[in-house]
Amino acid sequence: MMSYKLSVILTALIIILFLPALAHAQLTPPQEFRAFDTPNDDGKSLSLTWKVSLENDREGVYYVISAAASADGPWYQIDKTLSTIGYKSDFPQYFGFGDDNKLWHFYEASKIPDVMDPITSTAYFRLAVTDGTKTVEFPNMVSFAPQGNWFDKSKINILIFVIIFSSLILFFISLARRNPNLFIRHIPGLDAIEETIGRATEMGRPILYLNGLLDMSSLSTIASTSILGKVARKVANYDSQIKVPCYDPIVMSVCQEVVKEAYAEAGRPDAFKQDNIFFITNDQFAYAAAVDGLIVRHKPAANLYMGYYYAESLLIAETGAATGAMQIAGTDSITQLPFFITTCDYTLMGEELYAASAYLSREPLQLGSLKGQDISKAFIIFVLIIGTIVSTAESLFFIHLFKTF
Amino acid sequence: MIKRQIPLMIAFVMGILFIIQFFVPHQLSQDLLTGVNKWLMIIGGISLLLGINSLVHFHYVQIKRETPGWGFSLVMFLCFGLALVAGFLPSIVMWFVEPAKAGAEPVKWLSFIPLIPPFEPGSTLFWIFRNGISPFMATMFSMIGFFIASAAFRAFRARSLEATLLLIAAVIIMLGQTPIGQMLWQGIPDIMVWIFSVPNTAAKRAIWFGITMGTIAFSLRIIFGIERAYLGGTDQK
Repeated sequence: MMSYKLSVILTALIIILFLPALAHAQLTPPQEFRAFDTPNDDGKSLSLTWKVSLENDREGVYYVISAAASADGPWYQIDKTLSTIGYKSDFPQYFGFGDDNKLWHFYEASKIPDVMDPITSTAYFRLAVTDGTKTVEFPNMVSFAPQGNWFDKSKINILIFVIIFSSLILFFISLARRNPNLFIRHIPGLDAIEETIGRATEMGRPILYLNGLLDMSSLSTIASTSILGKVARKVANYDSQIKVPCYDPIVMSVCQEVVKEAYAEAGRPDAFKQDNIFFITNDQFAYAAAVDGLIVRHKPAANLYMGYYYAESLLIAETGAATGAMQIAGTDSITQLPFFITTCDYTLMGEELYAASAYLSREPLQLGSLKGQDISKAFIIFVLIIGTIVSTAESLFFIHLFKTF
Repeated sequence: MIKRQIPLMIAFVMGILFIIQFFVPHQLSQDLLTGVNKWLMIIGGISLLLGINSLVHFHYVQIKRETPGWGFSLVMFLCFGLALVAGFLPSIVMWFVEPAKAGAEPVKWLSFIPLIPPFEPGSTLFWIFRNGISPFMATMFSMIGFFIASAAFRAFRARSLEATLLLIAAVIIMLGQTPIGQMLWQGIPDIMVWIFSVPNTAAKRAIWFGITMGTIAFSLRIIFGIERAYLGGTDQK
């Protein structure tokens, strides 16, 4: 009798002790299951969210998502995800950086295999939670039809800064119309171009001009062809020669046209030789080898490397340095800048390449844009200082403000 | 007038259109981008003919005028012809032979030509690429090491304060990258990491800011027709 009472007491004690654990092991139906259009997308997916649950979100428990193209089915399991992953807070590009995003699970459904890939019309979803032995389902199904969005809200910070910087630049361009005498700092590399051409003329040797390895859709190549126009005009005035070996056939055609026009403007259309602007190859190292050969055989008095370069930059510029040519480089390729600085007499770094055309033309409107660019940089420096202070104070505001997706 | 105004108009419309396109995720906007990219590829493909024309003309003139190094132009024509034959011949032979092949005797006098599409393993063009072009490219690339040494020798001569700083930084980086640096002093790799992650990154970012601002300003100049030198001729308004 005594032992029976003891066993009852012990059983009760065990139940009391392990009750919280037993309760924790139970599964509850997912709460507030919703479907809606995925924000900022092209209308090919739907978003599903449901509340984080203390009972469900633990190791060994999975959420099972099923989908169908019609409310009557057939239903297909589209995913089985761990209950401890996939939160709205993992997708700030859709939901921002709010603290309550951590309280919601998120799943982006982009297809129903064999039925709808991608999801383009109304789709129906069911959600269940399972620990392998027991499955509990959300009582209702949800549905929604995706639609393409006309504005990507995650890029709103970019839009604001583009508007600010563009307005500043356009303001200074309009200011330059009224006051054309804007001061622009000297760029020694560009001041040296005249000297370079003069030197080549005196030596009776040609000038070699390269446009880099990108095609005409690259801004650095467009900038390079703009500089070529100015250089070619000076070359025509000095009655010197310019050789332009090209990496891209379209760039070659543009360069031929630019140089031809420059010669015509200088009043020397007869001196223009189309054969001096030619295509070599669009293979990186074959191009480098051909240009090296040209440098060694023709020994140009001046080499101008403007545009975007890769590993061939050193091969070409070092060969040019070995022949004793005066060299000016201009590139926005950060990785190649050290090589050009080492081997060339002058190097235009990054933005100076884009400024070169405006600097050489001395046209007030173009100089106005340079002024606007400088003011924008001052604004960035100011923001950097503020950002450093704010971030040091452990605020994430500035980091979130400049986050891009 | 039309020669300049129409390109400027196209630059303005397309410039504004693709600024807007960047902010619009809608399928129509994606289709527009894909369509324009396809056109770029088509134009790029056609432009190769321009390139070939220029290449052949240039080397023909070199040989005709017997300019220094004209022998290389002969080599170019030889390689050009070889690659052309290797690329086209299997396709032409296949075109003629394949229809007659079903149930018929193989054409013996053509059997020395591997009937494998160009660029697939076993084809002549693939062989040329693997045994000719690829080693040549590797040779050019490996030469960079020697060029770095000669450029470094010139750059690291401590003639000025900047060059001296460059020399010191380079020595630390080189020692930090090699086991001897750690053997000399445990702190060298840490200094190397600091140089990379602090002054080096700061300088790179500063240049990046400049490039970004330059890109915006330059793009605006093109879109609004202020920069027009790339069209050829004067850029005066």
